[in-house]
Parts: sequence; C-alpha cells; structure tokens
Amino acid sequence: MLTILSDGIAYGMVLFVLACGLSVTLGLMNFINLAHGAFAMAGGYLTVVLMNRFGVSFFLCIPAGFLVSAALGALLERTLYARLYAKSHLDQVLFSIGLVFMAVSAIDYFMGAQQQLITLPPSLQGRVTVLGVSIGVYRLFVIAICLVLAIALQLILSRTRFGSQLRAAVDDARVARGLGINVSLIFTFTFAFGSGLAGLGGVLGAEILGMDPTFPLKFMIYFLVVISVGGTTTLTGPLLASILLGIADVAGKYYVPTVGSFIIYTIMVVVLILRPQGLFGRAHAR
Amino acid sequence: MSALLTYFRPDTRTASGALLAPARWQPLEILFWLFAVSLFWLAPSKVLLLNEIAILALFALSLDLILGYAGIVSLGHGAFFGLGAYVAGLLGKHGLHDPVAGLLISGGVAALLGFVTSFLVLRGSDLTKLMVTLGVALILRELANKFSTITGGADGLTGVTMGPVLGLFEFDIFGKTAYAYSLAVLFILFYIARRLVNSPYGLLLRAIKGNSLRAGAMGVPTSLRLVIIYTIAAGYAGIAGALLAQTSQFVSLDVLDFHRSADVLLVLVLGGSGQLWGAVVGAIAFKIMYDFLAAITPQYWQFWVGLVLVLIVLLGKGGILGFYGAGRDWLANRLGKGGVR
Amino acid sequence: MTAVLETQSLCKAFGGLIATNDVSFSLPAGARHALIGPNGAGKTTLVNLLTGVLQPTSGRILLQGRDITGLPSHKRVKRGLARTFQINQLFADLTPLQTLVLAIAEREDAATGWWRPVGLRRDLIDEAEALLLQLGLIDVRDQRTATIAYGKQRLLEIAVALAGKPAVLLLDEPAAGVPETERHQILDVIAQLPASVTLVLIEHDMQLVFRFARTISVLVNGGLFMEGPAADIARDPRVKKVYLGEELVDV
Repeated sequence: MLTILSDGIAYGMVLFVLACGLSVTLGLMNFINLAHGAFAMAGGYLTVVLMNRFGVSFFLCIPAGFLVSAALGALLERTLYARLYAKSHLDQVLFSIGLVFMAVSAIDYFMGAQQQLITLPPSLQGRVTVLGVSIGVYRLFVIAICLVLAIALQLILSRTRFGSQLRAAVDDARVARGLGINVSLIFTFTFAFGSGLAGLGGVLGAEILGMDPTFPLKFMIYFLVVISVGGTTTLTGPLLASILLGIADVAGKYYVPTVGSFIIYTIMVVVLILRPQGLFGRAHAR
Repeated sequence: MSALLTYFRPDTRTASGALLAPARWQPLEILFWLFAVSLFWLAPSKVLLLNEIAILALFALSLDLILGYAGIVSLGHGAFFGLGAYVAGLLGKHGLHDPVAGLLISGGVAALLGFVTSFLVLRGSDLTKLMVTLGVALILRELANKFSTITGGADGLTGVTMGPVLGLFEFDIFGKTAYAYSLAVLFILFYIARRLVNSPYGLLLRAIKGNSLRAGAMGVPTSLRLVIIYTIAAGYAGIAGALLAQTSQFVSLDVLDFHRSADVLLVLVLGGSGQLWGAVVGAIAFKIMYDFLAAITPQYWQFWVGLVLVLIVLLGKGGILGFYGAGRDWLANRLGKGGVR
Repeated sequence: MTAVLETQSLCKAFGGLIATNDVSFSLPAGARHALIGPNGAGKTTLVNLLTGVLQPTSGRILLQGRDITGLPSHKRVKRGLARTFQINQLFADLTPLQTLVLAIAEREDAATGWWRPVGLRRDLIDEAEALLLQLGLIDVRDQRTATIAYGKQRLLEIAVALAGKPAVLLLDEPAAGVPETERHQILDVIAQLPASVTLVLIEHDMQLVFRFARTISVLVNGGLFMEGPAADIARDPRVKKVYLGEELVDV
C-alpha cells in the first residue's frame, strides 16, 4: 500500500518534470505545443542509445538529455515555432500534431517500434527502508531530483530578473520591447528550457514510464491532465496535480486494472467542467 | 436563358443580390456532382475507393460546420464518427437491417452525444475545448475497449448484415451500391449544410466565430447558438461513421482512434476550411495522397501526414481552395490589366 | 416620470480595491447624459456593471423599472440596453450589410432561421439598407469590415447598436481615435439620434460632452463626485481641479 504510494509519487514527479515545461510555454507564452512529448522522447531515446550502444553512465545521461533536448528546442523555436506565436490556436495545434506524427514515424524508422529498456546503474538498484516503508532506490532518487527542480524553478520564476522579464514579455511584448527587453531571446530561452526539462523527464522516465515511438501521443493526454488539473498560474498546482495523477494511475492499475485509463480521462473532464482554471489554479482576479 | 443567368449571377449592385451571390450554385459545382455520379459507370473498378472518399468528405464536412463556420476547435471529433459506426454496426448485427433507418438512428445517437457534451465543450478557452473534446473521445474509446462483449473489442464487431437500401438495392461485393448510397447521402447532407451556411443562422455562426463579444452585445445568446451547430455536426459525423460500418459491414476500435480526429483535421485544412467544398476537395486529395504515399512507405505513412500538416500551417491559410482562389484572382487581375491595355 | 435606467447603491470590489462605490443615479426617457471622470475613476467598471460583463458586489440596476441586476449581457440587450465599445468590436470578415442584417435579425428573433437564404429576407435587408444610408455607410456596404476606414468602423459600431432599437444607448468614447476629418460625421450621427433614445455618453473629450450632454455625472475614485446640469458642472471649480490632477478635496 505504502509502496504503491511511493511508486505513485515517483511516477507523478516524473510527470511533473515532463509537464512543467509545457506549463510554462502554455500558461505563460499561451502557445499550445502538443509536441512537448516529442522533446521528452528525444531525451529518453538519447539515454537508450548512449547507454546501450556506447556504454555511457546513466548519471551523465541526465545532463545530456537536458542539454540535447534544450538545444533541439532552441533550434526548432528559432526556425519554426517563433513564426507561430502570432497564429491561431488551431494553427499551433495542427503544426505541433504534425511534428508529433513526424517524430513518431522517424523514431519508429530508426529505432523500431518495440519498447526500449535500460539497465540502471547498480547504485540505483535495490530498495531501502525509510521510516519502515520499503522504497526503490531509484524511485527515491527521482523524487529527490524532482523536488530540487521544482523548488529551483519556483525560485527562478518568482525571484530572478529573468523571471520578471519573462512575465513582462508575456504580459505585453510591445511594452517589454520598449523597456529594452529582448523578447524573442527570452522566448527562445524559455522554450529551450521547457524542452530541456521535457528531455530530462524523458531520461528519468525511460525506466518508469517506458520508451516506445508512441510516447508523445500516449503521454500527451497526461501532460494535458496535469496542466488542466493543476492550472498554469503557479508551479505548485501542476506539482500537486502530477503527484495526484501519479498515485491515482499507479493505484488504479494495481487495484482496478480493468478500469484502465478511464479514471484519468474522467478526472480531467470533471475538473475541466467544475473548475476550468484548474483544481489548484486561482481565478484571474480582475 | 436570362432568367437562368440571373440565377447564377444575381445583380450584386442590389443589397439582396450581394447577399445572394454566394448562396447560388455555380456551374462548376453542378458539374462536379454530375461527374461524381458518372464515375459510377466511368470507373467501376474504383468505386470502393470512391465510397471511402465520399464518407471521408462527409466526416470532414461535419468538422467544417463547427471549425470552419463556428470556430470551435476539436481534437476529438472522431468520437461521433466512431459512435455512429458502432451504433450502425450493432443495429445491423442485432436485427435492424434496413440501412436508412440504421443511418438515421446512428446519426441521432451521435447528435445526442454531441448535444450533451456541447455544454462541456463550449464553456472554456480553446485549450479547454481541445482537452474536453480529446477527453470525451478517449473515454469513448476506453468504453468500447472495455465492453468488448458488446463491441467485439480489439477483434472488431463482425456479423453485421445489411438489407437492401430502400428495400431495392442489395449491397454487392464490388461496392457499387455502397458508392451510390454514400454519394447520395453526402449530396443530401451537403445540400442541407449549404442551405444552412447561407441562412441567417449561418451568418450568425460566422459572426460568433469572428467576435463573440460583439455577438453577445447584439443580444445573441452565443453558447446556446453554438450548441445547435455542435449537435448537428455530431449527427453528421455519426452518419459518416454509420456509412462506413454499413458499407464495410464491420466495425473495429480503429474508428475511435486518435488518428481519426487528427486525419479529419488534416483533410479539412488541406482542402480549405470554412467553405464546405474544402471538405470534399480535401477528402479527394487526402485519399489520393494516401494511395500514393502508402504504396511507397506503408509503415511510415504518418510521417507524411505530419509533414503536410506542418507545411500547410507554415505556408499560410486556405489549403487547396485557398490556392485555387488566389490563383484565380491573380489570373483575373492579369487578364483585366491586359484588357485595359 | 419613471426612470428608464436606474442604479441603486451599486458597489463593486475586487478583493480590497473598491472600483465602484455606492453609485446611485436615475435617468429619465430621452436623457442626454454624460459620465465623465479622470483615468482610473471607475468608468469602465461602471459600464461593465451596467452591461452585465461584471456582477456588482451589492446594489441593483433597473431598466425601465425592472430589475436586471442578475441578467446576463445578451438578455439586457434584449430588454433594450445597447452599447458601443471604446475599441471597435466588429465582425472583421463580414460586410457592414451582413452585420446589420444580422443585428436586425437577432432583434426580430429571426437569426436562427436556417433554411431560407439571407439574400431573400427582404424585410431585414431593406431595414439594414436604410440604416446604412442614414449613417453614411452605403458606399462601403459590401466591403469586408476589416478593410473599411476607421471612422466608418466607428459609425458601424453605432449602427449595430441602433439596429437593436434600444431604449438606452451607452456610447463608450464614440469618437476615440477618429481622425479630425472624419469626426464631424460621428458628431452628426449622434446629434440625429431619435429623441426617445436615452443616451449615456462615456467620454474624456469635454468638447463632445458639452455639445451633447444636458446632464453630467462626475466619477472620482469609483464614487459619484458630483452630478447635475451640464452648465453647472462646467462652471464648478472642483471638477476642474479633479481634471487637472490635483489633490482631491474631500466633499
């Protein structure tokens, strides 16, 4: 029971890392990027290739996954995404679905359709007992990394100069430009950072979530659930939502496997109906 | 003769003429339908493909009503298509073999689901709409998967038997009856949709899409008005799904797949949204493209779908009809200049 | 004489900020009233409360003697309260003719007719054409609204509101942003509005206010600072002070 809880929390934490980048691009930049999962897949597959073919240590894959996905994000933002900020939400949806389809087929072509497995380093295998509960070491590792990340992100967004510049750029790009803020650079950086986080989530999630070419499509709905339940006004909302979703999903699969993903979709629709601004989001006071 | 001419080209100097012009059938449109009918004899070996095109066109037409005219984005329009398919399949399996009755019931059930879910869909922002439509479609797919004793689950629903259309025309293995049947249904529903979009209600939908704040300030209960079109579009999609189930006498989980909803979006933007014909043109182009590309790389067909989506967005709006219109204007401009000189 | 539009102790607070503070006024039929005040005085909030965009924290709004406080925007329009927007809110892809036909159809509850083509609805078209003629918009009848001159768009704003045959018309800075050369057209249209329509002008431009308004309410810090005949307000030194941005004196 408590094992399920800890597994659920670890699972949720990975979801948070995967989704929080989307929460920034979607919530702050108001850009609907359904291809977010493709960046996560890039990180995941990079880990698979580096570890299984080149024998690179898992610990090195973590920063590598972040950096490569961030670079990919920056490249795509500069060349393609930047043209779409001003377009309609429909165009953004069509474009990003198109990217997802291309990514799915490309990975299928190069890597095959089967699920990819990685072997964790021995130091992360096994279980430890914390407060009388037996937890997988890797799960604990993931929870710790994600917690640190969540706190760091919150600080970056609320306390740093970059955070306030980003908020200014989003609020009114014209005024922000007038104040000497390089809006397009900020957007590129934010987008790259969000993609990097997705890539990081892909590395961490390769073992927990599983990597196959349909990853971006399969988890698109999870990201959207996190965002819709958590709201996009804060980071704590998506964090709580991710953990809840993780626990609900793990517990659901364990206790009532016949119901499947049904619970999650229903939760999402019900939350969207009752609280369109998200379960933990605040209504815009104006 | 001149009466005929004023029908096709009403005097646009008068206010009513200016409003009527787009509502009038153009010779090219009439030719298209005659051509579609003639294919029945001209290309009897292609009727199976033509049947699929007609069904896809109807499905895209249903999306055009909500997306192109009312501006409602949906990632889960396949829900209604799939529901219609399953209802028609189940009816055919369990005793109701009359195709037309089955079609009407399937459309009605899909419309009912559209009506109920419209209240959820129409509440929020574009993003909420996307998520709710997607969520509804996913829930429906899970249901079909879980209740496999009824739906046949992953193996599909077999044993669907269909009686003759209108008690006269038996379905044949070549698909001739199927094509004639689907084309007739497509034409009738296209005609109704064409009336609708040129009516005051059609104008109202375009107004709500353009600026719902202003529409509300004119006294329009905008959400309530959108419920109607969402319900109608769901019914249309359900009928398209039912046509597929009836003419193939088989339903599989595939009808509720996410790619259905994505493909139909592609069909519509490929043809050009907000002008009805875009759905038909898009369906033809999509199927031709599919036949061509799937022959080269059957497994990676989705890659090309994705590429086309990305290109359509990057190259600008309008799809094929947009290019056609721009080309026609350009030509008229060149010729007009030449005439002056 | 019964009031056409009346507010009773209208209040609106956003958290701790009081945007509308105990506003009560009453306008008779055919009034020519202006609502003025410096920036941030709460004019926009008050308009939003009247039109139903916002719900008041407390207080009531009466239209022709009936309580409309809880009604959504579109139902208030049906009861005879129309508005124009400070920033154009038009249908960019429709023509002025289509826009007005639609507005008239909505008034006549004919906008859900879904079979007969719009072009055959002579009743709607004739009225729309008359309105276009009246407002000097006939020459742009069939152009996309997005492409017509800004001044003409401002006129169309007023035309759409008039098409609903309102009892009360809120004009929110009707001439805002209009170039000097096109301004007189808008002033003429306002001058020729039927006497039976109650006019509420929300304005910055004092020249416009004193040309049309017979009575004026001055809004400061969300509350009614002063109200009375236009001539009295024009002479009042305290109003001048408010507009010059000096420290407010307590009343």
